[in-house]
Amino acid sequence: MYTYIIKRLMGAVPVILGVIALVFILTTIVPGDPARLMMGQRGDPETIELIRKEFGLDKPLWYQFIDFFRRALTLDLGKSYRNNMLVTQAIIERIPVTAKLAAFSMGIAVILGVTFGIISAVKQYSWLDYGSMLVAMLGISAPGFWVGLLLIVLFCVKLGWIPGTGTGEGELIYYVLPSITLGVRPAALIARLTRSSMLEIIRQDYVRTARAKGLSERVVVLKHALRNAMIPVITIVGIQTAYFLSGAIITEQLFSLPGIGRLSVEALINRDFPIIRGVILFMALLFVMINLLVDLSYPLFDPRIKYE
Amino acid sequence: METRPDLQKETTVTKTKNKKREGRSLWMDGWIRLKKNKLAMFGLYLVIIIVLAALFAPFITKYDPYTQLIWTEGRAAQLSPPSAKHWFGTDVYGRDIFTRVIYGARISLQIGIASVLISVLIGVPLGAIAGYYGGLVDDVISWLINVIFAFPFLLFVLAIVAYLPPSLIIMYVAIGVVNWASIARVVRGQVLSVKEKEYVEAANALGSSDFRVIFKHILPNVLAPVIVQATLRVGNVIMLEAALSFLGFGVQPPEPSWGYMINQGRQFLLAGKWWWSVFPGIAIMMLVLGFNLLGDGLRDALDPRLKQ
Repeated sequence: MYTYIIKRLMGAVPVILGVIALVFILTTIVPGDPARLMMGQRGDPETIELIRKEFGLDKPLWYQFIDFFRRALTLDLGKSYRNNMLVTQAIIERIPVTAKLAAFSMGIAVILGVTFGIISAVKQYSWLDYGSMLVAMLGISAPGFWVGLLLIVLFCVKLGWIPGTGTGEGELIYYVLPSITLGVRPAALIARLTRSSMLEIIRQDYVRTARAKGLSERVVVLKHALRNAMIPVITIVGIQTAYFLSGAIITEQLFSLPGIGRLSVEALINRDFPIIRGVILFMALLFVMINLLVDLSYPLFDPRIKYE
Repeated sequence: METRPDLQKETTVTKTKNKKREGRSLWMDGWIRLKKNKLAMFGLYLVIIIVLAALFAPFITKYDPYTQLIWTEGRAAQLSPPSAKHWFGTDVYGRDIFTRVIYGARISLQIGIASVLISVLIGVPLGAIAGYYGGLVDDVISWLINVIFAFPFLLFVLAIVAYLPPSLIIMYVAIGVVNWASIARVVRGQVLSVKEKEYVEAANALGSSDFRVIFKHILPNVLAPVIVQATLRVGNVIMLEAALSFLGFGVQPPEPSWGYMINQGRQFLLAGKWWWSVFPGIAIMMLVLGFNLLGDGLRDALDPRLKQ
């Protein structure tokens, strides 16, 4: 088990190194001198020169690359071009909002997805099955930001149940609509996947045995079948991490939530390259870690899977 | 001379055996299976209708997507609700929204198809080479694939398109360059299993060049999953383009991009003038739904093993 974790972590190292290199290339080939852009119209040549020195922009590219690499490995990502804030601090400040959003929307996705997936499988070919699968298909095909907009109109403007966008005083009610917006697509994917893997498992011998020995249908479905049907669902949770990170960018923008996603859009608009690099690295690291956790969680659901 | 009944019997048997069954290719089989799948055919029709509408846009609507009708029809043409004259209403500049939605299909389809083609052109050879040669080549390509996967998808594309002059070509390339990894991963996995087959061994034994073996013997046999993956990707890319344009980083006005139209109509949607944002959203949903249903159907049709 531990050797497996260490092996996987070692395997993640070249990926992270690759991401660091790609991030540097991506934010360096951009046309325009960042120092000049920071100062805008009012920059006189001396100040611009000073800034170039301070941010190390006067050094040759290969030096900047190695320097960036070295610092990135120690999580020293420099300061924002915009407000001189440490990049790590700027990111850490924004984590709670995104973490809440991710947790709620993933919760919604798993609860709704698994529930409707089971119902569809157990009542295969019923109107409930067709209905949930139709909604799921539409949920996968509808653009999240558009669904979010319609939700705002319905619940904020028409019904007035939700005070509006933003975070207010930090009340959780402000997270309801963003979490639904972000959770719709994974919920739909999970529902479809739960249905198909349940249908496969429900026909297996051990499920028939469970029925034959007189267990109630509820126990058979929820205890014997569901646990095994969860394996592909967990995989999709891992794959959807990437979607969540991208989705958070749009959702936070739409609902004015000050999270990591909004930070990245602000940084893109302001050409704040240290922040962009920091956010991308943070997201990549998160992606790698979550996928490792997903892999490690398989034995919890299927004891036949063991990591030696 | 006595007749031998058993001999007679034999001749009738050979007669029925000689009635040869019409040979059918894998693709013909797939098409027959696809035709039986109502949902997939519905998806195909959706796509065909939207493609035809995009191609024949000038014949479907008498308006021009850029002309502001306030100059000819007066203020009444500004933000007018759906009517017999303007089916989807007009926007704040007095442009006919139905016309803009129809012309917008051109942009979405172009980006969806062109960028997926680019990712197929990059992903198929790289995936095939990685799977066929293994070893160091495979390590390097697989590493690249993993790096791209760990990279936050939307931020990657945003970072490319945000700083380059806005153009459709740059969007095709930016999205294609990010998307190839998922195609390459599918191809690599398929090639790994196909290359162990006897006919590949036979081709090798006959002295075929690697190039010939890969392109003539292996690739045609891994095409089906590539087609499925590419079809599903087109839907994803259309959604991605909409999201980019919604954030203001995608197709630039006055081009009729669906995502940007939703963004522009946002303020008016909250004020009860729903048509500007709602119709483009439905259009995105229908087109993506079409590609998703078609992709799902193709998977079932081309790979019967996956069908339950």
